[in-house]
Amino acid sequence: MASIQNAVLDLKNLDLLANGNSAIHRLDARAKVLITLVFILCVVSNNRYELTTLLPFFIFPVVMISLADLPPLFILRKIILLCPFVVAVGIFNPVFDQVILLQIGPLGISGGWISFASILVRSILTVGAAFILVGVTGFTAVCQALERLGMPQVFAVQLLFLYRYIFVLTEESGRASRARELRSCGKKGQGIGSYSSMVGHLLLRTWQRAERIHMAMLARGFTGEFHASRQSRFGASEIRFVLAWSTLFIFLRLQNVSQLLGSLITGLFP
Amino acid sequence: MSHHIVEVKNLRHVYPDGTAALKDVSFIITHGESVGIIGANGAGKSTLLQHLNGCLEPSSGAIHIGHTPLSKGTLPDIRRTIGMVFQDPDDQLFMPTVFDDVAFGPLNLGYTPADVEQRVTDVLELVGAGHLRDKPPYHLSGGEKKRVAIATVLSMSPDILVMDEPTNGLDPFARRQLMKLLRDFKHTRIFTSHDLDMVLELCERVIVLHEGEVWADGPALEIFNNDKLLAECRLEKPFSMQGCPVCRKQKQDIFSESQE
Amino acid sequence: MHMADALLSPAVGGTLWAASAGTIAYCSSKVRKDIDDSKIPLMGVLGAFIFAAQMINFSIPVTGSSGHLGGGLILTILLGPYAAFLTIASVLVVQALFFADGGLLALGCNIFNLGFFPAFIASPFIYKKIIGNRPTATKISVASVLAAIAGLQMGALSVVLETVSSGISSLPFSTFVAMMLPIHLAIGIVEGLVTASVVSFVYKARPEIMNSALEARPIGNHPVRNIAAVFLAVTVVTGGFVSRFASNNPDGLEWSITKVTGLEELKAPEQGLHVALNALQERIAFLPGYSFRKPDQKTKIEASKPETAPTDQIKQTEQKADDQKNPVATGIAGLVGGTISLGLALLIGYILKRKHRTE
Repeated sequence: MASIQNAVLDLKNLDLLANGNSAIHRLDARAKVLITLVFILCVVSNNRYELTTLLPFFIFPVVMISLADLPPLFILRKIILLCPFVVAVGIFNPVFDQVILLQIGPLGISGGWISFASILVRSILTVGAAFILVGVTGFTAVCQALERLGMPQVFAVQLLFLYRYIFVLTEESGRASRARELRSCGKKGQGIGSYSSMVGHLLLRTWQRAERIHMAMLARGFTGEFHASRQSRFGASEIRFVLAWSTLFIFLRLQNVSQLLGSLITGLFP
Repeated sequence: MSHHIVEVKNLRHVYPDGTAALKDVSFIITHGESVGIIGANGAGKSTLLQHLNGCLEPSSGAIHIGHTPLSKGTLPDIRRTIGMVFQDPDDQLFMPTVFDDVAFGPLNLGYTPADVEQRVTDVLELVGAGHLRDKPPYHLSGGEKKRVAIATVLSMSPDILVMDEPTNGLDPFARRQLMKLLRDFKHTRIFTSHDLDMVLELCERVIVLHEGEVWADGPALEIFNNDKLLAECRLEKPFSMQGCPVCRKQKQDIFSESQE
Repeated sequence: MHMADALLSPAVGGTLWAASAGTIAYCSSKVRKDIDDSKIPLMGVLGAFIFAAQMINFSIPVTGSSGHLGGGLILTILLGPYAAFLTIASVLVVQALFFADGGLLALGCNIFNLGFFPAFIASPFIYKKIIGNRPTATKISVASVLAAIAGLQMGALSVVLETVSSGISSLPFSTFVAMMLPIHLAIGIVEGLVTASVVSFVYKARPEIMNSALEARPIGNHPVRNIAAVFLAVTVVTGGFVSRFASNNPDGLEWSITKVTGLEELKAPEQGLHVALNALQERIAFLPGYSFRKPDQKTKIEASKPETAPTDQIKQTEQKADDQKNPVATGIAGLVGGTISLGLALLIGYILKRKHRTE
């Protein structure tokens, strides 16, 4: 329970970040959604032993965080809670793949370790990109951007409703859950019996709420259509933003910048 | 002006499970009146309000809004005439930002974007929530939510305002602010509430519902001075009309003088 | 069991993205046409309910662990397949954006794994078949458990297939399956029981809700056939398109770039661009997932030896490209360069931030 409560709190904080007013925040959300997708594609399209090619990609999250004035530690803390599934699956790479790919003096590093490290770096980059997208854009704007990029309106509306009522309902279930905890001693009273009636009640209340919301919508002239109220423009600065970053990503993807830099340095100081 | 009249004739409502929430309710509310509908829990207040904008259909009886009978065909017009503010603002504020929420009604009515913009700005100023414009509803306080909920209805320029428990759950300051706002409206106003002091301050007329029937309908002061009636209907005098807890002096006479 | 970007190849991720997007589009048009508009807020708040319900746990006797409601099955029971699929998808979008569950590319896989199977397979073919028109407590329990198990097993198998065909993880297919399926059998039983208990509660308290959901038969008698057709079409088209170059190139990106710029035809001098490009093409041939490790644990050791040959070749080609004859030097150069580029990135960020502050 605590984890979801924290997550909801983080959700509020992340959403508040989107209220910032930097040049990045002001860009049309579509530009930011597109470039995030290009970034993720460029990152994950590297082959699995690629580690050094991935490192230069950190330029994107770092620059975005700085330009948009996001709190780096907050983002970092969220990224570091890596998806457990990734770690659980990735950790088998060193077990199954023991061919030595890299010799540094007496130390042989197997392909498995390299690909495991590569998986972790990918994870940090891709998850970080998603957080940054929300932090500089906001959930609502991301949904609206996706809608204008072709997502069906029914689904966009669904996302907005869902997001709106997460806050209301998690508070409600948090209260119910606390009330049960206070009246149960240890594990007693926390079994499936009390659970199902509690969740069942929550479900019925949720259902009634939906009926009231529908009434409130009808009362304000809802006829099944949602009308867009605000428009933003995909202008020159958006095009510049998308072009500049995509060019960089594709360059970084095709050229191992780390390798180039490294040979330059090791070549200079043999 | 006839638009602002609410006429309820022999209204009866039986829920599918057989409970008769309204047995026989009749009254007429005329233009510009401010009416409080009071009654104990389960007296039928919420059921009555849900009938006023067609969320429920009467089992028998009829409702006329400005001489137009309420029916499926007239519903869109009537919903535009009657602005309904729900008890829980979380049910009413469902859009991502305050602006979107206030714009929801006008956009459904088909106003142009520029017109909508103007309306939203105006009503948000009116309820003192201009600074909340771009905020999402879950970042608002209880009082702010309530005022925005009122704005969402005002933006459709209704003739009649119907509010369910407007002061419910507000702190004293927010309650005071809200009452000040409501007092200045020129609309026909219908409130339901257990906050009898608010009813006393805002309404010149009170309708008492008890077990699905109208038990009394008259000037607020007259009804609040009828101890027998109030006791029968599980109600009591507003605190401001009760004795002072320190000096035990009845304030009733002083109050009625100051009202006149 | 959320699939993650880090384990996905663009070909697999892209194919499932297209498939899920196609299904969302299809379900949206269905919901728009067939379902009355009171379902719109209902879908939204029920999605939020899934989050809220996951805050409430119950203790599982003996094991000492705790369980909670999963979501896919109960939403399908309450909303019918189309609305449920959209609701599940919306929950996963929020999880991907805010909870670091998977990532944006993996979203397609997750929507498919966790939405498609409960909504279009487990519920119509197992749950509805068992409970028929007159639900009883026993029928609801049996149907929920079986449907939940089936849905989760299919989802888990799908995660394994997606991971193995992406080729980022070295886990062999058989080992991975042997790990995933039993875990998800346990999860499925718990989810089934929880779903059954909540559904039975609702059925007792407000039978009209369940009945209306039962009656809400999708229009057109074969929802699964339609959806399967849409899905197959989308998969074949995108899968075919993607794998056309994915089978020769890892991601199509390089493929399109070499095509567009025509660099492939350039005959360059002995070093520089030509060599770099050569290395690039060598690397292209070295493809994760398609010609790589056989998904068989037993042959692993034997198989890994011949297969390392291309790896060495590439390394050598890269060495040539970098004008370094020594593999150690290449590795070190890579590491040094990587560290430097990381440091540079951070430095740029720091400078930008300072500049930003002073402005």
